[in-house]
Amino acid sequence: MDWVKIGSALFLLAMLVFIFPRMKQALENAPKGNMQDWMSFIVPLAAVIGFVILLLMMV
Amino acid sequence: MNDHNISLGRAQESVLATNKVLKNTYALLSMTLIFSGLMAFVGVSINLGHGAALIASIAAIAMLWFVLPRTANSAAGIPVIFAITGLLGLGLGPVLNHYLAVNSDIVMTALGGTGVIFLGLSGYALTTRKDFSFMAGFLMVGMFVVLGAALLNIFLEIPMLFLAVNAAIVMIMSGLILFETSSIIHGGETNYIMATASLFLSILNLFQALLHLLGAFSNND
Repeated sequence: MDWVKIGSALFLLAMLVFIFPRMKQALENAPKGNMQDWMSFIVPLAAVIGFVILLLMMV
Repeated sequence: MNDHNISLGRAQESVLATNKVLKNTYALLSMTLIFSGLMAFVGVSINLGHGAALIASIAAIAMLWFVLPRTANSAAGIPVIFAITGLLGLGLGPVLNHYLAVNSDIVMTALGGTGVIFLGLSGYALTTRKDFSFMAGFLMVGMFVVLGAALLNIFLEIPMLFLAVNAAIVMIMSGLILFETSSIIHGGETNYIMATASLFLSILNLFQALLHLLGAFSNND
């Protein structure tokens, strides 16, 4: 295994360690969304997925 | 009557401050994207190696974590954000070189696709003025899972997992663009340098994930 792979793995591990406390904080303190809130996220996300599929079909 | 006038005045001030943050964020984001693009061109031109690109990316993330939060409230934050985005752009060199050699159309399609997704999602968040703060936990968990899967795949090298990680990155970065834009609109993010850094990272990750997906699905790779 080359050192670029080891470096990348250590880099990702450091990001996981850095993100973990933020994730815990966000899970504890972020407001909870209702069905309508989630729909307002799912609709643009579905549009993004459709657009990416279109791009994949073009290449 | 007087109280009513004062609260109206405060509301107006708040809207003006939000618009100022939004305007400054988009202005700085445009400049950092151009600078990062130039640095990516340098990375491609000098045929930057994977090791040097990794070092540039690690230096950029280290500055993002340890230097930017300390300088974002002063003018010193501007050169720091340019240094971060420049290093991240430089770090794109080997990936761009690879895809330019395989099929240069992929790079242009990924670039155009990223632009359309960013403008579309920003436009959606700005016009609906919806508060996406409820997504914070979901996005952070998603990011944690994706980073874990990407770490695992460095050793396992499973092509399907690579595609799944990149597809997940597209969705999470789309969510982060909505989240960050709504955060600026609703006063959650009042520092335009930090907002620029967050939006820049979302755009960069979105571009890279699209590039990998397009590369995997193109006939030439």
